[in-house]
Amino acid sequence: MTLFLQNARLIDPERLTETPGNLLIEAGRIVALGDIAVPEGAEVIDCAGKCLAPGIVDLGVKIGEPGERHKESFRTAGRAAAAGGVTTVIARPDTLPAIDTPESLEFATRRAAEAPVRIRHMAALTKGRDGREMTEIGFLMDAGAVAFTDAEAVTTDAKVLSRAFTYARALGAMVVGHPQEPGLSHGAAVTSGKFASLRGLPGVSPMAERIGLERDLALVEMTGVRYHADQITSAASLPALARAKAAGLDVTAGVSIHHLTLNEFDVGEYRTFFKMTPPLRSEEDRLAAVQAVADGLIDVICSMHTPADEESKRLPFEQAASGAVGLETLLPAALRLYHAGALSLPQLFRAMALNPAKRLGLAQGRLAEGAPADLVLFDPDAPFVLDRFTLHSKSKNTPFDGTRMEGKVLATFVAGVQVYPHNEK
Amino acid sequence: MSFRARHLLGIEHLAPEEIRTVLDLADRYVELNRRTVKRTDVLAGMTQINMFFENSTRTQSSFELAGKRLGADVMNMSMQTSSVKKGETLIDTALTLNAMHPDLLVVRHASSGAVELLSQKVNCAVINAGDGKHEHPTQALLDALTIRRSKGRIEGLTVAICGDVSHSRVARSNLFLLGKMKNRIRLIGPPTLMPSGISEFGCEVFENMREGLEGADVVMMLRLQKERMDGGFIPSEREYFFRYGLDAEKLACAKPDAIVMHPGPMNRGVEIDGTIADDITRSVIQDQVEMGVAVRMAVMDLLAQNLRAERGRAAVGDVYV
Repeated sequence: MTLFLQNARLIDPERLTETPGNLLIEAGRIVALGDIAVPEGAEVIDCAGKCLAPGIVDLGVKIGEPGERHKESFRTAGRAAAAGGVTTVIARPDTLPAIDTPESLEFATRRAAEAPVRIRHMAALTKGRDGREMTEIGFLMDAGAVAFTDAEAVTTDAKVLSRAFTYARALGAMVVGHPQEPGLSHGAAVTSGKFASLRGLPGVSPMAERIGLERDLALVEMTGVRYHADQITSAASLPALARAKAAGLDVTAGVSIHHLTLNEFDVGEYRTFFKMTPPLRSEEDRLAAVQAVADGLIDVICSMHTPADEESKRLPFEQAASGAVGLETLLPAALRLYHAGALSLPQLFRAMALNPAKRLGLAQGRLAEGAPADLVLFDPDAPFVLDRFTLHSKSKNTPFDGTRMEGKVLATFVAGVQVYPHNEK
Repeated sequence: MSFRARHLLGIEHLAPEEIRTVLDLADRYVELNRRTVKRTDVLAGMTQINMFFENSTRTQSSFELAGKRLGADVMNMSMQTSSVKKGETLIDTALTLNAMHPDLLVVRHASSGAVELLSQKVNCAVINAGDGKHEHPTQALLDALTIRRSKGRIEGLTVAICGDVSHSRVARSNLFLLGKMKNRIRLIGPPTLMPSGISEFGCEVFENMREGLEGADVVMMLRLQKERMDGGFIPSEREYFFRYGLDAEKLACAKPDAIVMHPGPMNRGVEIDGTIADDITRSVIQDQVEMGVAVRMAVMDLLAQNLRAERGRAAVGDVYV
């Protein structure tokens, strides 16, 4: 089947360009793009001058299977992803139980077939994510794990980590760390400082992130493992990251869209939908993180999609669950940075599609001949007010409820097949 | 009258005029409370429920007495032994109580923001009797009344707040109130018990108690919240008393007529020397307890007036609909 997308604004995150043009898809791949003519017999879609970019590769999505399907299933997460222009979901292993054996990974892989987008899985680095014994990294890789992480469960046992890192390095596996010093962050609900003191909430210094990062980077230097920091959210961590990269360590870093577009004061009067891990930071930290993405020091923007049910959020702030859904709001939230002039569209898609795909060794994330035809067509200027109950996610815990946003997904394609708008049968 | 609030959740959102309104009315209740017959009927027919999720004897009795003297039907719910233990959530507890049509709900809870959350779910007036490390507004109001009656004003004074500021909701509410009234505020304590970013609130922070007390009109001691300590904030109680306990020698750094306050219950020999606490020429600690009842009567009176006005408007609306 041949599909011809004409009259688009092509967003190329590799060459950092945006140019008007057409794009031709055959057998699930991009076969030509640019100033090309429509071939005989092709199905034609007119893009009306809107933006066509590689589909988003979202590194670090929590899906509630197994164990918490009332929060999110592969089917609902997949539909949310398609609606948000996310064509590849990299699922986190912090499920109940954790994805820490080839058998549980096979279960998740089988269940993931219900999703209309691509799902790839990360597996736990240690059994039960409890930081004591490493998982069967080799078997898990054979079963399809693209990276290894204990998510937000951070072990203080450097010995265990150094062994796991060493073993992972030998197999060429990538480790995703959560830079945080758990002693400092224990019990914290917000970032320490004026706001925490004002609200009387237990706070954690952003230094806890830097200490965690420095520890992990020292272990990377010691073992040579491929390492990605899931979220770097504070200015204090950035010099350490820059030093590690300059020293040639195989290190990358991500940041959640919430830390790029919200700050600690958004919590306001104890609004639990703004409770995140790590907590939202100061405005200075937010601006530093945005600049680091623009400079390429922070490589990846992700949604850190973390579904939470209503009950777990309808509690006093300290007791409430942490995290927010983000698959559907990642793109419009990221476009705030574009409209604010902080990042260009190609820069955004470099961080949301190209870099995460490259880092995980996936062919996605590029707008080029031969690349998989995973695409998102969107209007960056279309305004709307978000109503959380219109989200496709089973959980509706978004911090953007009721806020004005700009940028709507018009269509999403996976391997050349349109998956959004949803084809309801 | 200038007191428009629906609930009293904190001092942060009160206007100086509203604070003065409470204090003026409380002055009148002080007089009433000193008579033999103390009963009025401004809350007659109304129901007040005290919900204390955290243990309290002093504050709860003060609220109970205030409600009874105003003629309300007062019920105390001990939340330690209630359905909360059976796993009921805060919101469900609130909705259950709300269905019994209370008019005033007095709530203490160990989590910051919990009283605010509860207030969103009920249609009576809610009074925060202390939420976590956030606010304890009636304590700040009773402190203000005590200061005003002792010093003749509640503006332009130098007030030193000493001790465990970090874990103290009393300190936060006082910080807001005294700041709104244009006083000079000094916070004194070891840096491990000082909340981060606190100097941005427009107060001076001192680690040396003698320097901090220099020229103070009011010395407000805080309880060393032993039950809230995760451990390791101070080396020992005796070192704390040596450096931050209020004794005659340190008090001599303050103005000769400086008054000494403490929200109670006191740890004698930890944050305050017993002889200072008992010195009736300096200590106004017993006055604070007396003012507490009057201030709580004033607050409940004002909230009840607003509640009646609101329900009156709703009833008139019904006629038209």
